[in-house]
Amino acid sequence: MPGDAILFYVFGAVMVVASLLVIGQRSTIYSVLLLIASFAALAGLYVLLDAPFLAVIQIIIYAGAIMVLFLFVVMLLNAPHEQAPADVERHWQGHGPRRLGAVLGLALLVELVWSVWRTSALQEAQVGAASARQLRALGSVREIGHVLFTDYGFAFEVTSVLILVAMVGAVVLAKREI
Amino acid sequence: MIPSLTHYLVLSAVLFAIGTMGVFLRRNLITILLSIEIMLNAANLAFVAFGRAWGRVDGQVIVFFVITVAAAEAAVGLALVIALFRHRESLNPDAYTSLRG
Repeated sequence: MPGDAILFYVFGAVMVVASLLVIGQRSTIYSVLLLIASFAALAGLYVLLDAPFLAVIQIIIYAGAIMVLFLFVVMLLNAPHEQAPADVERHWQGHGPRRLGAVLGLALLVELVWSVWRTSALQEAQVGAASARQLRALGSVREIGHVLFTDYGFAFEVTSVLILVAMVGAVVLAKREI
Repeated sequence: MIPSLTHYLVLSAVLFAIGTMGVFLRRNLITILLSIEIMLNAANLAFVAFGRAWGRVDGQVIVFFVITVAAAEAAVGLALVIALFRHRESLNPDAYTSLRG
């Protein structure tokens, strides 16, 4: 379907460009805002993938809650921009490892894209191969809730413990005196 | 079908590599955490694309768990950043090399 293809490329381009700007940005606050834009595009991709509930979750929880937490910390710390003049000397010291990191990152990109592109099993398992009944079930909250509370019930309960530990840990770490 | 599984996986791979390069290249603790978020979302996209290809909701359920873990990671990571910043007044990871020995 050409409509789907156009939407895929638009959302994908927005995601890649926004993510690149997150990396290339000096100011942390712009980085956080650009990442929110990237997540909005990702929510659009989830809708294209017949996962509307996940798209809503992505906007409300990820862009709404987690990123606002980041924004809050950035504003709270009011940190100087990266590589302020005093840091320049240290910056030059670390130039070799950074260049190596860029090369390794590019190598990872080439490897991943090449391996995905060349795997013939993936070519056969096209998106859309699933039957119409399965696709209807994919988007339904009912089906997701059923699987979440039966097959993944244990993981669900463990997750609640994880959240509790993270909550206590965050308080302990950030508090001045316990 | 133009947005095939391969298309989504290539997009996911590109995003993951961008996140990795962010961790390597940036010298700011908060931006490094943001890069980790990019990588987590790249993995999420791959999960949903695979789930769609096989017509199963398991991929979406896993993404819920990833989002939960990301929330916990962000809370603990940002608490660490606050504690470190209070300690040294810097967000540059190169300022924290006491464990190097």
